[in-house]
Amino acid sequence: MHPALSVILFTTASGAGYGLLILLAVFAALGLLPAYPGFGVAAFGIALGLVSFGLAASTFHLGHPERAWRAFSQWRSSWLSREGVASVATYLPALGFAFGWVWLGEQRGGWAALGLLAALSALATLVCTGMIYASLPTIQRWHNGWVVPNYLALGGMSGAVLLDCLTRLFGLPSPAIGTVTVVLIALAAVLKLGYWRHIDTTAAASTPATATGLGGGTAPVRLLEAPHTEDNYLMREMGFRIARKHAAKLRRIALAAGFAAPFALILLALLLGGVPGVIASTLAVPVVALGVVIERWLFFAEARHTVMLYYGATAA
Amino acid sequence: MTDLPPPPAKRLGLVIDLDICVGCHACAVNCKEWNTGGAMAPLTDTNPYGADMSGVWFNRIHSFEVGTDSPGNGGGRTVHFPRSCLHCAEPACVTVCPTGASYKRAEDGIVLVDEDLCIGCKLCSWACPYGAREYDDDVGVMKKCTLCIDRIYNENLEAVERVPACVSTCPVTARHFGDLGDPTSEVSRLVAERGGYDLMPELGFQPTNKYLPPRPHKTAAGCTGAPAALTATLEPSATGLLGWVDKILSR
Repeated sequence: MHPALSVILFTTASGAGYGLLILLAVFAALGLLPAYPGFGVAAFGIALGLVSFGLAASTFHLGHPERAWRAFSQWRSSWLSREGVASVATYLPALGFAFGWVWLGEQRGGWAALGLLAALSALATLVCTGMIYASLPTIQRWHNGWVVPNYLALGGMSGAVLLDCLTRLFGLPSPAIGTVTVVLIALAAVLKLGYWRHIDTTAAASTPATATGLGGGTAPVRLLEAPHTEDNYLMREMGFRIARKHAAKLRRIALAAGFAAPFALILLALLLGGVPGVIASTLAVPVVALGVVIERWLFFAEARHTVMLYYGATAA
Repeated sequence: MTDLPPPPAKRLGLVIDLDICVGCHACAVNCKEWNTGGAMAPLTDTNPYGADMSGVWFNRIHSFEVGTDSPGNGGGRTVHFPRSCLHCAEPACVTVCPTGASYKRAEDGIVLVDEDLCIGCKLCSWACPYGAREYDDDVGVMKKCTLCIDRIYNENLEAVERVPACVSTCPVTARHFGDLGDPTSEVSRLVAERGGYDLMPELGFQPTNKYLPPRPHKTAAGCTGAPAALTATLEPSATGLLGWVDKILSR
């Protein structure tokens, strides 16, 4: 599948924003984060800023962005519509929660409940994002049980790295947040490795033989002549291929930047504390961003669509 | 609503005979011709006279090689394979649509796009396994086969013309149009007689259109009265000039 920049930016940025929002609400409810206005402004500004940037980015690839509001209507059948509804619905409790925190210095009781409501709504949005991909049988590498947990863990993990960095920058370091962050990174790494292992070892469900119904199940079926000489929409959108050696190299880079380096840096910050801790934790932010963007690019680039079976692909 | 209607009794669709399709692309050309002025018009071509021409088509003709000459491989043969919207009973392209632009008609099962509601998110083209939907970059909406809805019910046309453009133009009658929901219809009988089948049934979209398989190869020649083998015209024992010529040519 063609890795469209707008979709990569949307899923990574909003994933991190929702992750941060969920963790802010949970840690506040547990009484592990003080309701300092300055920290609140920065944390909510980054969380809602990332979410809003992501949502805006997701409209860039639309043919008619001015009609985007119509996408809220079909939540009964469409995961994309559900994602739209959930993402906008998250703003209400999130803004209320932020108002209490920043304006009133309140985050307990009803405000905490509002925060947890925002967290639930954010979680639902992340599930919807994952389900957009996981619900497509046409792309076997997305149509499996690994995709939604990966979206949740990667969103949670990138939000946790942001939260760890922010708390240290504002002089509010919490061993609980550092610990949760390294655990989330480790969990996300396990899920990503599991996903890669799954797509590498699962036999393709569809072949040119099933796509054409020819060959009687035994004779080889191969494309002799394409219908047209130039690329068409289908080939540009669905025909993106990545060389296996490049995919292997990019997976190693994604593992190093997305998981290994931030794990080490946050662990270091947890152990060192103080200024070195702030430096290590701050360094983890751009590194994890790079790693997650590469991971998301690979998620698209390695996905194979059945339509390419009509254009010379041997399996999908 | 992109919720699917209850399964329609009438299921209009195509039956495509892969045994006799000659791969002439006439159906694709007539489809383009009709539909660029039809309900989904225009079928935009970008850079049509340049080096990287590209355009929207609802019908594409692929050619496949099936089997090989080696024994037990079915014998090598070329099969021309027209590919267009199959108007599935379970069209995922409809249910993934976030705006309600994609819909399946309750009265005849035809899958259509309302271009005024389409936001051009392209998700429906990801959801279709058959590549039936092509995005029009110029207009910014998704386009697809309408089963020539503006022909099949068009009373301004003569009755014989009220079939999809691809069907009306096929020079070898490899394409048939009719109601696949009616077991007594001509197309349903054709499917039953010839073993018509679904494409990628493993995905579960239950396409309405059916493909008829190529008939088996003939493996023995019919009797024409000719001898089984030709005899040599020249006896090997020829002598004289002919013998000399034979000797020279046999070197």
